[in-house]
Amino acid sequence: MTKEWKPRIVAFFCNWCTYTAADLAGVSRLKYASNVRVIRLMCSGRVDPQFILEALTRGADGVLIGGCHPFDCHYVEGNYKMLRRYQLLKRLLADMGIEDQRVRLEWISAAEGEKVKRVINEMTQQIQALGPLGFPSKVADWDREMTELEHHVTAAAAGGCACGESEMAAAKPEVAHV
Amino acid sequence: MNSNREELRIGFYVCHCGHNIAATVDCAEVARYVGTLPHVALSREYKYMCSDPGQELIQQDIREHKLNRVVVASCSPLLHEHTFRGATEAGGLNPFYFHMVNIREHNSWVHTDRKEATEKAKALAQAAIERVAHHKALEVKRVKIHADVLVVGGGIAGIHAAMTMANAGKKVYLVEREPTIGGHMAKFDKTFPTLDCAACILTPKMSEVGNHPNITLWTYSEVTKVDGYVGNYKVTVKHKPRYIVEDACVGCMECIDACVYKTPKFEDEFNEGLGKRKPVFIPFPQATPQVVIIDPETCLNLKTGKCKKTCVEACADRMAIDFTQKETFDEIEVGTMIVATGFKTFDAKRVPAYGYGIYPNVYTALEVERLVNASGPTGGEVITRDGRHPKSIGIIHCVGSRDKKTNVWCSRVCCMYSMKLALLLKEHTGAEIYNFYIDIRTPGKGYEEFYNKLLDEGVHFIRGRVGEVTDWAMTPEEEGKLTIRVEDTLAGYVRRIPVDMVVLATGLEPQQDAQDVRRLFNLSCGGEGWFLERHPKLAPVSTFTDGIFIAGGCQGPRDIPDTVAQAGAAAAECLALIDKGYVEQEPNTAFVLAEECSGCKSCIPLCPYTAITFDESSKVAVINEALCKGCGTCVASCPSGSIVQNLFEDDEVFSEIKGVLAYD
Ligand SMILES: Cc1cc2nc3c(=O)[nH]c(=O)nc-3n(C[C@H](O)[C@H](O)[C@H](O)COP(=O)(O)OP(=O)(O)OC[C@H]3O[C@@H](n4cnc5c(N)ncnc54)[C@H](O)[C@@H]3O)c2cc1C
Ligand code: FES
Repeated sequence: MTKEWKPRIVAFFCNWCTYTAADLAGVSRLKYASNVRVIRLMCSGRVDPQFILEALTRGADGVLIGGCHPFDCHYVEGNYKMLRRYQLLKRLLADMGIEDQRVRLEWISAAEGEKVKRVINEMTQQIQALGPLGFPSKVADWDREMTELEHHVTAAAAGGCACGESEMAAAKPEVAHV
Repeated sequence: MNSNREELRIGFYVCHCGHNIAATVDCAEVARYVGTLPHVALSREYKYMCSDPGQELIQQDIREHKLNRVVVASCSPLLHEHTFRGATEAGGLNPFYFHMVNIREHNSWVHTDRKEATEKAKALAQAAIERVAHHKALEVKRVKIHADVLVVGGGIAGIHAAMTMANAGKKVYLVEREPTIGGHMAKFDKTFPTLDCAACILTPKMSEVGNHPNITLWTYSEVTKVDGYVGNYKVTVKHKPRYIVEDACVGCMECIDACVYKTPKFEDEFNEGLGKRKPVFIPFPQATPQVVIIDPETCLNLKTGKCKKTCVEACADRMAIDFTQKETFDEIEVGTMIVATGFKTFDAKRVPAYGYGIYPNVYTALEVERLVNASGPTGGEVITRDGRHPKSIGIIHCVGSRDKKTNVWCSRVCCMYSMKLALLLKEHTGAEIYNFYIDIRTPGKGYEEFYNKLLDEGVHFIRGRVGEVTDWAMTPEEEGKLTIRVEDTLAGYVRRIPVDMVVLATGLEPQQDAQDVRRLFNLSCGGEGWFLERHPKLAPVSTFTDGIFIAGGCQGPRDIPDTVAQAGAAAAECLALIDKGYVEQEPNTAFVLAEECSGCKSCIPLCPYTAITFDESSKVAVINEALCKGCGTCVASCPSGSIVQNLFEDDEVFSEIKGVLAYD
């Protein structure tokens, strides 16, 4: 990467509150960092954890999910369903060594253009400080380790001795704080 | 029909939006870049894509260049997605082969660096190109619209909206939570700037509402539940017990005379507490409906069970009094709704320096409206709480408005109603009137002229925010008076003006229960708590929930002319929907791929609309398309990935993620 590194953040905004709030930020001509790419979904409840993992795997340095405030979801409770999934996913991400600030859930109402600006600026700054996530290469590493492990196991099963203690330890990702 | 198997030919258009986009985004560069992407058959930039020639361009290109997908990068899809889907369809394609990229609200308007904004625009455009490849031809569903309408709130906004629709032949339910309709306007004596008598213009309208064959008027009632969707809402209305059988009561008021309380004893809410009423009462003579009400908090019989019930005797064989009445509920079906729940006035006690609630002769504007009113508690005679006829009166503007400590907004009507009250008070008392203002705001037809008239009448205007109102006399002239201390910013010194009466022009605020009402009707609120319109200019009475409109003071401070105009607009929006007969629904519903469903049932409890059921014979989940509203929650949760949401299919979202990150 020869170009100066800039964080890339993928955002999933619900149509009714947060996407509209981002529109409002525009109409109000607020200025914020240009690092976020918004993907519109009807409700934060549509955010599949796989979307988040996919974004990280494809090189995003952070993921922002925006939904309506509690009680305000256009579909009654999609935001709660998202919250539940998010909490589970956060643990998984922590296990994978992904810093807490990189994946963030925010409730932003249609009137809170100002909050869109604040959250995006804040997140961009935090991720700028953390540096690139480099998840694609990590995933590649993990894939390679898995293949190696497989080799060892097949070799061991075939009678040869290639105890994979050290490799096993290396394969286990560092546990970050939860 | 299905062009999936054909070779993909995507047409891409980037809009300059005049300078709105082009000033920040290098549109030529975006068009060039997108032109290099696979499957892009054509990539153009154009000054105004939403204009007729812009739309024409899309149609022509579809035909000439055999495009089978269209992407436009311009403003927010919430604004123009519909427009471009229309153009795509007019060009001969299924409208859902279109996708839109927001590079104005989400890009050119919020960024300043041209390079960064251009890069972002390219990334977003690439995402759309990747996404649109997966789009499917979809059909718009048509849902029939129930022709009945619900109006919530019987102020002038609700009254006007209900009348307009009822006159157009629609059946209207008007639900008002107070015992009478009329709202704030019913309390006024005169209305600015024409000073026409409020009762003369309002009460005929009120009784028309009460008698209209197409209007079902439910006062002392509230909406407690709203289900369904545009065209087909199911609404539950609660009727609070008024202990009077409405159909039997003829409004003769003999029961009021007969009440065991010989004189009115209890605080009269309609008169802002300035008068007294009995436990059985009618809020004001022209109340609609002309039906009395019994207040359980003060009625001896309802409180203690021990009373001679002289009211029942007086009512005799009309038998309109029923002490056993309980809450009742009605369930109605309507296709559209108008929320017109109005505002409340600022609580003057929140600014203790102005002495409201401390000095008896400090009044709120609403109290003075009653005081100068011929049918008010004093019959229009202005006497202070301590029994004096004021010789000098100070009116303090902007109480609870334009103030960081309370509310920052301008309440829009206070300057005008303050001047109206100044004139009325002068007429009634001949007193010297002082207006204390920050700025005089008169943006309305005939309003500035009204202000000039006041200046001619010799009403005093002192510019400056009042520091305090005090009874502490510093000079003999101040003895026994209230002194208003103010920095006169035009004269440039602090003045003390002794007066007999102080009027606080309290600002307008969202209703106490605005948040509850908002949730009930699935509306949005601005930060201050006013209901939010779908678009401040282009959809000022629409909300984010289809088929629900807002009008009047619940949306923000406004005067009667604006309120009525808005109520008419909301009524027209409802009528337009009803007369069309159907709504087209975004085909973003979900469906189950039966062959892949494992029958785990985990989706079933997730659906807030109970649209998912389990088919016991085939052991798979089934989604009722008519009930599904397209949130996608079940899709995201299905462990076997066997639920698909139209317009937001996994492939579509994944490719958007890929595209947005492909451009570095
Ligand atoms: C002191 C004062 C003087 C004014 N003088 C003038 C004037 O001279 N000229 C002028 O043009 N404007 C004047 N205005 C402004 C005017 O009052 C408003 O423009 C007008 O009242 C707005 O009407 P509305 O129907 O929207 O609201 P409202 O008058 O507030 O009516 C709302 C109605 O909805 C009902 N409601 C509320 N919540 C519910 C619920 N949940 N369920 C059912 N019903 C509900 C309320 O009980 C009420 O009846 C004045 C305002 C004030 C405060
Ligand atoms: S619609 Fe915004 S979170 Fe559900």
